Amino acid sequence: MKADNRTSESDIRPLKLGGNAERAPRPLIFLGLLWLSLLVAFSVLVTLLVTILVEGLPVLSSDLVTEYPSSRPEEAGARPAILGSVWVIITTAVLTLPLGIAAAVHLEEFADKHNWLNRLIELNVQNLAAVPSIIYGLLALGFLAMLQVDNKNIVIGGALALSLLILPVVIMATREGLRAVPREIRDASLALGATPWQTVWRQVLPASVPSIATGSILALSRALGEAAPLLVLGALVYITFDPNGLLSGYTTLPIQIFNWTGRPQEGFHQLAAATSVLLLIVLLLMNALAIYIRNAYQKRW
Amino acid sequence: MSDMTTQSSSSPEPRPHFHAANHGNLPPVSNQLLGCEDLDVYYGAFRAVTEVDLEFNRNEITALIGPSGCGKSTLLRSLNRMNDLIDGARVEGTVNFMGQNIYAKGVDPIEVRRRIGMVFQKPNPFPKSIYDNIAYGPRVTGMSVSSMDDLVEESLTKAALWSEVKDKLKAPAFGLSGGQQQRMCIARTIAVKPEVILMDEPCSALDPIATMRIEDLMHELREDFTIVIVTHNMQQAARVADRTAFFTAHAEETTGNRTGVLVEFDRTAEIFENPKDKRTEDYISGRFG
Repeated sequence: MKADNRTSESDIRPLKLGGNAERAPRPLIFLGLLWLSLLVAFSVLVTLLVTILVEGLPVLSSDLVTEYPSSRPEEAGARPAILGSVWVIITTAVLTLPLGIAAAVHLEEFADKHNWLNRLIELNVQNLAAVPSIIYGLLALGFLAMLQVDNKNIVIGGALALSLLILPVVIMATREGLRAVPREIRDASLALGATPWQTVWRQVLPASVPSIATGSILALSRALGEAAPLLVLGALVYITFDPNGLLSGYTTLPIQIFNWTGRPQEGFHQLAAATSVLLLIVLLLMNALAIYIRNAYQKRW
Repeated sequence: MSDMTTQSSSSPEPRPHFHAANHGNLPPVSNQLLGCEDLDVYYGAFRAVTEVDLEFNRNEITALIGPSGCGKSTLLRSLNRMNDLIDGARVEGTVNFMGQNIYAKGVDPIEVRRRIGMVFQKPNPFPKSIYDNIAYGPRVTGMSVSSMDDLVEESLTKAALWSEVKDKLKAPAFGLSGGQQQRMCIARTIAVKPEVILMDEPCSALDPIATMRIEDLMHELREDFTIVIVTHNMQQAARVADRTAFFTAHAEETTGNRTGVLVEFDRTAEIFENPKDKRTEDYISGRFG
């Protein structure tokens, strides 16, 4: 009897030894270039961090947080700028989040996706996210002028500019989150006799809270680091009081840094570096929170 | 009608091959609860289902069988207006539920879906606790419930799941096995007390043992509900259904477009033992599909 289907002696081809396609010159060069790119990006970051740490750490003390700006660097602090940033960011969040989430829910869940107007809006939301931030500053400036507001360096003005800036980002992040909720969940809810509105409110939105929160925190941390739109609105001022309301004058951390960097005295440069360290810590904490939320509430469907 | 009474009192115990009820003499069509007349379902310009006439009787299980792409699921989803939610889906003809065309003006699709429930192919629990999954429907539909705890227990008991989950009602539903999840989805559906339950291949994602449990459950649910089930599995249709409708995909002569048509609709025993149509015979004997 023949071993009909079995492999015959001549069919056996052992694996070759010695060659390794991954060690050929071309892949190696390519790998080297990738490493180089990473190295360049990384070393720039490290240089930046080391520079501001070396310069800023010696003056990073509680005085920076508690003292007001002064013409003498050894007495100056960033207290109004810190409080100004807090005021502006909270106002921005209050303005942006309801509006952005509501807009995203409408676009994603209720709007007719074949309607040309809705498609135009969708396309423009994406374009708006790419508009330079200073343009939003000019927009807010024009808006305040239209309302005949004389002093444009007010908390609500800055928050308005930053809201316009991050609104498209919040809308897009929310839409991503809504889209990630599987169709089966919507079907299940609707098949039980829930209305589309109940389905969105009780199932889809709660299920997408983690991605909405993550996107919103990242957007707010971008707003926190922005200086350009606020400069247009005249936030580059010498403030020696705590901002205390939506119509209060203010300055923010990035602008305080910008301000001190422009001074001739070395002491102010050190203060700018110390304030940068402070701003960086806050931003890192916010991003860490975003990552934590994303990981902690990851849904398995 | 005297025929009917003997029918409904016949016990479902001996279940050698076909459901016991199939061996009796059912009246041709009576006691209709739900039905469609001259029903066409379109997706845009594509006609997925053409000219279907069907009647679903109270407290019976009707199976819709046929090869892939014959429009069974599409037809099922048009029976409780779940197709409204799909872009471009459109229905011509009528679907009558208790004498009312559910596509008539003034009919609220929300009420239609509450009274004609649906169980899906893949178990789709909400990312909530077992308890909240069951209580969701009664809550959103504003049912007046004297005790939600009792309703949850009653629904889970009817779905043959109570003994397995009674100690972990607050645990997330995702922790259940696939078969348990599907039974929970059935419990969730019966919690809103629908008259009809539509099942879209409810066992296709389950193993044989879980499938068997769902089939047993269907026999019990038949006492209280009218069930329409889409299945790929002919044996399943033979095991559970009182009546069976066989569909196939038919290519239109002029355009060549394929569309789903109803070939034969009869008592399950007739369909499997004495099919009138050659296409039915070919399909059930495994010659195509």
